Amino acid sequence: MIEVSNLTKYYGDFTAIEDLNFHVEKGEVLGFLGPNGAGKTTTMRILTGFMPPSDGTVKIAGYDVFSQSLEARRHVGYLPETVPLYPEMTVYAYLDFVAKLRGVDDREDHVWDVMDTCWIEDRADQLIGQLSKGYRQRVGLAQALIHNPDVLVLDEPTIGLDPKQIIEVRGLIKELGKEHTVILSTHILPEVSQICNRVIIINKGHLVAVDSPERLSARAEGAERVLLKLQQPAEETPALLGNIGGVTSVEPAGDNGFEITCDSATDCRPEIAAAAVQNGWGLLEMRALGASLEDVFLQLTAEEDTNEDEDEDAA
Amino acid sequence: MRNTFTIAQREIYAYFVSPIAYIVTAAFLVIGGYLFSMILYFSREATMRFIFGNLSFIFLLIAPMLTMRLLAEEHRSGTIELLLTSPVRDWEVVLGKFLASLTLFLAMISLTLVYPLVLFAFGHPDGGPILSGYLGLILAGAGYLSVGVFTSSLSRNQIVAAVLGIVLLLVLWLADAAGSFMGGSLSSILSYLSLSSHTSDLTRGVIDTKDVIYYLSLVVAFLFLSVRSLESRRWS
Repeated sequence: MIEVSNLTKYYGDFTAIEDLNFHVEKGEVLGFLGPNGAGKTTTMRILTGFMPPSDGTVKIAGYDVFSQSLEARRHVGYLPETVPLYPEMTVYAYLDFVAKLRGVDDREDHVWDVMDTCWIEDRADQLIGQLSKGYRQRVGLAQALIHNPDVLVLDEPTIGLDPKQIIEVRGLIKELGKEHTVILSTHILPEVSQICNRVIIINKGHLVAVDSPERLSARAEGAERVLLKLQQPAEETPALLGNIGGVTSVEPAGDNGFEITCDSATDCRPEIAAAAVQNGWGLLEMRALGASLEDVFLQLTAEEDTNEDEDEDAA
Repeated sequence: MRNTFTIAQREIYAYFVSPIAYIVTAAFLVIGGYLFSMILYFSREATMRFIFGNLSFIFLLIAPMLTMRLLAEEHRSGTIELLLTSPVRDWEVVLGKFLASLTLFLAMISLTLVYPLVLFAFGHPDGGPILSGYLGLILAGAGYLSVGVFTSSLSRNQIVAAVLGIVLLLVLWLADAAGSFMGGSLSSILSYLSLSSHTSDLTRGVIDTKDVIYYLSLVVAFLFLSVRSLESRRWS
């Protein structure tokens, strides 16, 4: 549905994104992650035909966003970072205007449908300028959905919403992902694991990872952490655990719990279990603490930074 | 073309809910009415040939205030992202905005129709020059508005857009003065480009094809520049 190849964008001397390659299949929800200034918004603006790329191509539903821009734009619904609203219009008049621009037939039905989907029916006759941030965000989402597009590009869709609305909007996006192709950018990492099938992490305009959220978490390298819960630990337990080969640190964690960090080369879990049984501490629970998406994100974006520094040194 | 009307329609709606259109219209009518009654009082002639030149110059000064919002505000508020990612061509956006401001201008002009009504009620003016004078006024107004649309495409600040518009229009207005100072072929070029040299005939009621073509090409040129300016801002 979306094919991005060798996408590059310069602003003067500044390289916003360089040589991005990825594709998104129909019915996928793709999360776009990256620190501020990584090039997320630039990429989204190119995908939606707002700005042309300096190099490379983007195809949406088979149409090139630059050379067949109008055709490509017909297949895209876009919620920009700053929600594009006219404060002097009512919600209904605004959505009707967007529907007209999008060439929607049966405008009235469509407008009421999207207002229903985005829970703004009760505000149909209110001026947009008087709406709260949460309602504005939802009007923005309604605007992106009005022509029932194949591809939805959402730049930080849950920003400014309250926790209940965030949950609702995430549910809505997940629902939309069944029939539409969705690309969303966000800062909120749990959001990605909740609603996305795939994640793209970019940093300083470079693509650093594309994978499912689970596989990304699993991919994190480095220390293994084990959580251990005992029924009756002895005073010398931390010291004894620390003596086991491969264990680098033992921290207390909650009631009778310990968080044990091992180096990744050896799996020290069998020895920990054996120690617990031999000493009669009463093993209640032992599990590996996988790296969170946060860890992966920090690791990948930091790695990129060090590589970059090395490149600069070499140059 | 349908998109052009959609955009023009929204823009006209925006004019009528914002105070600026009413303030500008009121100012135009107050100054216009004052001048009309003064001219009538002193000349005691049932003619409009003096007032058209004045109306056209007043509108030169206020046209940029009608157009300043059109594209600048879209850039400032981010709604430009909606327009430029919709299946709408850039020229349709520009033309729609221009038509909206032209509609408002025509509404303003139609309110000045009381002047000829007064003349017809109390005298026997010649209808032909009045009609052609109005045509000249509309052509000149369209020209000023297109310049305003262009300067609105240059900035995201409405005030900057308005000031640039007034300055550019005054420079065009005064171009023939600079021309006569320089002499030679440059003089005739500048004099042709000058707004004032084309306004005087038209507002006297003389329709010269040369002037009509001048104003129409002014509109086309500045709308074209606006489209290019809108396009170029996509790249940055």
